[in-house]
Amino acid sequence: MILTIAMRELRSLFLSPLAWSVLAVTQLIIAWSFFSQIDFFFSIQQQLVSLPSPPGVTDLVVMPTFEIASIILLMVTPLLTMRLISEERRNGSIALLLSSPVSMTQIVLGKFFGIVVFMLIFVAMISLMPLSLFMGTELDLGKLAAGVFALVLLLSAFAAAGLFLSSLTDNPVVAAISTFGLLLLLWIISSNTGGTAGVLSQLSLLAHFAPMLRGLINTADIAYFILFIATFLVLTIRQMDSQRLQQ
Amino acid sequence: MSSQALISVNNLVRYYGDVCAVNDISFELHAGDILGFLGPNGAGKSTTMQILSGNLAPSEGEIRINGVDLLEKPGDAKAALGYLPENPPLYREMSVDEYLHYCARLRRIDKRSIGDALDLAKERCGLTRVNRRLIGNLSKGFQQRVGIAQAIIHSPHVIILDEPTVGLDPIQIREIRDLIKELGTQHGIILSTHILPEVESVCNRVQIINAGELVYASDMQGLLAQQSTDRYEISLSRPPATDAMLASDCIDRVEQLDTHRFIVHVRGEADCLAAAAVHNDWGLHRLVAHEHSLEQIFVNLTLGEGEAQ
Repeated sequence: MILTIAMRELRSLFLSPLAWSVLAVTQLIIAWSFFSQIDFFFSIQQQLVSLPSPPGVTDLVVMPTFEIASIILLMVTPLLTMRLISEERRNGSIALLLSSPVSMTQIVLGKFFGIVVFMLIFVAMISLMPLSLFMGTELDLGKLAAGVFALVLLLSAFAAAGLFLSSLTDNPVVAAISTFGLLLLLWIISSNTGGTAGVLSQLSLLAHFAPMLRGLINTADIAYFILFIATFLVLTIRQMDSQRLQQ
Repeated sequence: MSSQALISVNNLVRYYGDVCAVNDISFELHAGDILGFLGPNGAGKSTTMQILSGNLAPSEGEIRINGVDLLEKPGDAKAALGYLPENPPLYREMSVDEYLHYCARLRRIDKRSIGDALDLAKERCGLTRVNRRLIGNLSKGFQQRVGIAQAIIHSPHVIILDEPTVGLDPIQIREIRDLIKELGTQHGIILSTHILPEVESVCNRVQIINAGELVYASDMQGLLAQQSTDRYEISLSRPPATDAMLASDCIDRVEQLDTHRFIVHVRGEADCLAAAAVHNDWGLHRLVAHEHSLEQIFVNLTLGEGEAQ
């Protein structure tokens, strides 16, 4: 049942021009930055040789590309998640799900996994760029895998937060703006250097994402993302349940 | 009529904040029933339907659908339920086939019989010709039909239709009414509507809700029995004063509609009214039995209540 709902979500994304334009625009921008990273790598290649243990092409090209991808997705995810629940509520199609023999958990998980599958497609397309480097050089596959893993976790976390904020309002634009605000806040919170920075940076998405991009897969970081996703999914389910009661 | 009720509602209460939208409603629906659910705007019709379909949770009360408690086992209860809300729950970007296929999967139809279920639903709702078109491009009437198809695709025991004929042309309305009658032979149907003739032509039971309370419940036979009317609308080309009309033996009460038209309450049969008209030379040229007793009941119950408040 979760799969049925997820596949419909995914299909709806691709039936509207939104998914296509998101994929096309982000792909173009990321490809451009990938290209300029390679250019940069060539220009400093001479100096690199003189270093005792020089950073490889994975560190200098692939990871910056993933980093830019994560920032672009921070801006784009709200557009993908804004309609998930709010639009269904607005045009009344939510009644179909609510009167069908599916539980609220199944509805929420179905919608979440629909977006996650889209994110997987997105990550696969981005990963093709670094993989193309195999034609001319060696890559650190371990680091590449860590980067892909980190990106998948991060985008799933974006999706969970977006899903929750979409369940709070029946106006998709409000959902998009609040999602963007929340994600941006959680992104920059680590760069705060004040006294409370230690605690706050524990909440930051970036603080848990950046180490993984450097190839450092830490249980604490994985746990953070899983807790982040689970928290927002549970909040969404509770929110949908309580709206049946109040409205 | 089966022994077990398809729907049994006990002491249903629903509050919106402090406002009580549905107050202590109880009723039952059996197989073969087509229950007309009437009420003025804001009386709690749609709220009741939303609660029955699981879209809203009740504040108090118990609902059993096909013997299964809707609040305790919502999954099993909803499997026996088809619901068409006021606005059909459609995805505009999907084609009719895609959409109905998705609905069939949601309603737990197993994969092998989905094709048959789809064909039957499309045929019943007259959608066979538009099956590949996008729902968003269909006219309001066709969208309404897709909404009905969605509600009956899993041939549920109970079908709840909230104003199913809104936006349809007269021929479509007739088709949908026939469809509802046909479905009513096997399923239990609750039909909410504003259109009183629709209830009279389709339903075999009537319920009127006003200000959240059930104020009238009867089967159609009971209603027909009351329908042996004593009210007639007459048109007179030489109307006398109403006092002169009341002087006649068989006339109980007179309501003047305009200078020539009256509604007359008669003691006994209509022919004595005709005789009186001819005898007194009122120029009788039209005499119609006033049979809108459902409308009368509706107006009396809902308006009377409103004035009392």
